[in-house]
Amino acid sequence: MKREQDFIVNGETVSVVVDTRDTLLDLLRDRLGLTGTKEGCGNGNCGACTVLLDGAPVNACIVLALEVAGCDVKTIEAVAAGGRLDRVQEALIEAGGTQCGFCTPGVVLSAKALLERNPHPSAHEIRAALAGNLCRCTGYDKIVEAVQAAAAGRPNG
Amino acid sequence: MKEFEFSAPTTIAEAVALLAGGARPLAGGTDLIVQMREGRRAVGHVVDVKRIPELTAVTPMPDGGISIGAALSVTRMAAHPALARYPAIVESGRMIGSYQIQNRASIGGNVCNAAPSADAIPALICLGAQAAIAGPQGRRTEPVEALFERPGRTRLAESELLLAIVLPPPPARSAAKYLRFTPRREMDIAVAGAGTWLRRDERGVVTEARVALASVAPTPIRAPLAERRLVGEIPSAALLDEAGILAAQDARPISDTRGSAGYRQELVRVLTRRALADCCAQFGSPVDVA
Repeated sequence: MKREQDFIVNGETVSVVVDTRDTLLDLLRDRLGLTGTKEGCGNGNCGACTVLLDGAPVNACIVLALEVAGCDVKTIEAVAAGGRLDRVQEALIEAGGTQCGFCTPGVVLSAKALLERNPHPSAHEIRAALAGNLCRCTGYDKIVEAVQAAAAGRPNG
Repeated sequence: MKEFEFSAPTTIAEAVALLAGGARPLAGGTDLIVQMREGRRAVGHVVDVKRIPELTAVTPMPDGGISIGAALSVTRMAAHPALARYPAIVESGRMIGSYQIQNRASIGGNVCNAAPSADAIPALICLGAQAAIAGPQGRRTEPVEALFERPGRTRLAESELLLAIVLPPPPARSAAKYLRFTPRREMDIAVAGAGTWLRRDERGVVTEARVALASVAPTPIRAPLAERRLVGEIPSAALLDEAGILAAQDARPISDTRGSAGYRQELVRVLTRRALADCCAQFGSPVDVA
């Protein structure tokens, strides 16, 4: 069943015709063309589709689009404001914390949300906060190093 | 997914009327949406209950306890100051899935999904939680412990909605703990779990004990042999050992890909002993166990 609904995505209100079955991920990728958010497992395990919903990381593949009407949705496209990379993105490049890149948008958003609520996390806290972001290239150590570097204000704090 | 209707009512009455017409409630969606997407479940009408204020509220109760809205996310629940008196609930909620999952999943949903391995349920049973339920005939309250029929199935009628989990005030000199075993530290399903709750008198004698087990029966279960052994005693290493052995006898596990029945019984023995020891440590009367 189709209906027209307003959504707030990356600070803009957009009116979209959605199917009740559309997930938030379908809304972002297929209706709005925001393909920075990736689909991995499609069942809430891998975190490739992580976006911020009212500031909190969620798996967009297991949220219905209609659930988020009126909520603030932020995707990876909004992170590099004005073309300038965020300190987490810079740190991931610097540390080599990205290999194939498929998990990276989700990692960036989970890490940003972590630093928002805990500006100086321990390595253990970083691993716990990123437990729902699977990297099948298995580059976890460098991801954790990058988040630590971002927290410490290097290289672009 | 098959086509479905979607509603997001703002009152309990509207939601209950929709459920009576065959709709299914949606809280965090971390179970329901996955089941629908994988074709394991067909739903004709989804009712998002998160816009009903009572379902995401934490409310103090007249007896000094609290009511936790059934659809409140684990993250928001854990951050609520009223939950500080219930650390076992906060800890077991934080075992559910990843941080992303905890930002959506609720303890009400964990209860309604009725998995034998559900992380939040043993602690709820140990603390004597009640379920506040609304239906076409009005409201009723049931002990959480009595809600489970079989894997994936509660005893709620299709037309009923779980409104809240109600916790009594924690009595003086009581402590609770839930421990589970998973091969991975995060993002995994309990092979077995044990929740324990002890209440002592001024002399340190156990006056009440509850032991609740996960993943070792078709539903979460109590361990009555272990509980009876503990009452009337002052905890010692030997007593906690015995309670663990009895809890393993109370368990009725199956063998599956995550563990054999014998392995699960061994896990119950060890986890029960350790959870009891944690309760003793909370009392400031540590008991040394392996």
